[in-house]
Amino acid sequence: MANFETVEVTTDLLIVGGGMAACGAAVEAAHWAKKNGLKVTMVDKAAVDRSGAVAMGLSAINQYVGLKDGQNTMEDYVNYVRNDLMGITREDLVYNIARHVDSSVHLFEKWGLPIWKDENGAYVHEGRWQLMINGESYKVIIAEAAKNAVGMDNIYERVFIVGPIMDGDRCVGAVGFSVREEKFYIFKAKATLVAMGGAVHVFKPRSSGEGLGRAWYPPWNSGSSAYFTLKAGAEMTCQEVRFIPVRFKDAYGPVGAWFLLFKARATNGLGESYMETRRPELNNWEPYGKVKPVPANLRNWLMRR
Amino acid sequence: MPSYVIPDKCDGCKALDKTACQFICPNDLMVLDKDKMKAYNCEPEMCWECYNCVKICPTQAVEVRGYADFVPLGAAVTPMRSTDSIMWTVKFRNGSLKRFKFPIRTTPEGEAKPDGGFAITDDFDGPALYSEPEAAGLEKIPSFK
Repeated sequence: MANFETVEVTTDLLIVGGGMAACGAAVEAAHWAKKNGLKVTMVDKAAVDRSGAVAMGLSAINQYVGLKDGQNTMEDYVNYVRNDLMGITREDLVYNIARHVDSSVHLFEKWGLPIWKDENGAYVHEGRWQLMINGESYKVIIAEAAKNAVGMDNIYERVFIVGPIMDGDRCVGAVGFSVREEKFYIFKAKATLVAMGGAVHVFKPRSSGEGLGRAWYPPWNSGSSAYFTLKAGAEMTCQEVRFIPVRFKDAYGPVGAWFLLFKARATNGLGESYMETRRPELNNWEPYGKVKPVPANLRNWLMRR
Repeated sequence: MPSYVIPDKCDGCKALDKTACQFICPNDLMVLDKDKMKAYNCEPEMCWECYNCVKICPTQAVEVRGYADFVPLGAAVTPMRSTDSIMWTVKFRNGSLKRFKFPIRTTPEGEAKPDGGFAITDDFDGPALYSEPEAAGLEKIPSFK
C-alpha cells in the first residue's frame, strides 16, 4: 500500500463542494474574510470549472422573481412554491432564497453570462419564474468569479471529502483524500459550510446498462451533503420531499423550455392529452388541485394514472 | 450515452502537464493508460454525456456515442468551443449537416469581477449580501414584518 502523505490545512471558513452553491458562498465569504483578515478555503472533488450539477451548462435560469421591475412580489413566489410542493415546504427558507436570487442573476450577467433579451432590453422569460440564457459556460463563469474571489491557492481540486472532524458536538473541519496523489487531507476550520449536492440513484433507474447515467441529476451527486451533515449533527429539513422528475421517452434533460417556452403538449401511450382528459382527478386534490400552475406532483399523477 | 476516445487521434496529452479529459471530467471517469498513452472512459454507464471531455480535448479525439436503442447509427453531435462562442455540428445519418453557433459569454475570459461592479454594502449584520441592495436593483432587501 502506498505511503500516504498527510497534509494539514488550517483555515477559518471551509467550504466543502465546488458547485454553484459553493462558488456563490465563496464569492460572498471572500469579501467579508478579506475585510477581517480571515481565510476561506474551498474543496472540490472535481475541477471547479466544470463541477457539480451545472457542469454541462444550462439553457435556462429556473428562478428569477423580478422584484425590481415589480413583475412579482415575494409573497407571489412563496405561494407558488408552497402550492407546487402541495404545502410541504419551509416558507422562511423559500423566502430567504428568493429575496437574494435576483441579485445572483444580475451578478451572473455582469460576470459574463449571456441572458436573452427582447427588443426592449428586458429579460426573455421561459415561464413566469424562468429566464432563457446561452448557458454553455454557465458554470465556468460562476467558477471564475469564485476563483477570482478566494484565489486558486485556496481551492483544492480533486480532493474527496469523506467526513467531518468533530470536537464534541461541534464540526471543526473535514477529512478527505486526493484522488490524484497519494495524499490524505485534514482541513481544520472554525466554521464549515457544506454544499456537496443532493443524491441521485436513490431509486434504481428503469434504464439499464449504459443507460444508468441517463439521469436528470448528475450521476456524481452521491449524497455527500446528507451523509456529512448527518455525521456532523446538523438539523436537516424538508427531507420528506422527494423530487422524482418524470422524463419522456428517449430523453432525460430538463423539459422546462419544451413546455413553457415552446408550449409543447405531452400525450400518454394512449395518445391522450392527459392534462385535459384526466383533469377531473384534480378535484380529489383540493386545495392544491385547483391552483395554477398545476403542482408538479399532480401533473405527474395525471400522466401515470 | 457515453463518451469514447478514438485511439488513433489521442496522444495522451503528452505535451501537456496533465491529460485534459482526465482533468475536466466531473465524474472522474477519464483515465490515461500510461503504457499506451491513450485515455479512455473507464465507467461508461456512469457517464452523463456532459461533453466536457469532448470540448476540452486538444486533438478532437473524444466523441459521444448515441444510445444504440434510439439514436440512429452514424449520427453525431460535435461541439467546437472557442473563448466566446460554441459551434455545434449535427450530422444526420443521411449525411446532411446542421450547424448552430451560440455565444457563451459576454466578458473576456478570466475577468469576472466578484462584486460585479455594484456598490458594496458594509453592513455585516443586516440581511443584505455585500453587493446588495444595488445588485438586486432595490432600495433595500425585503424582510419578514
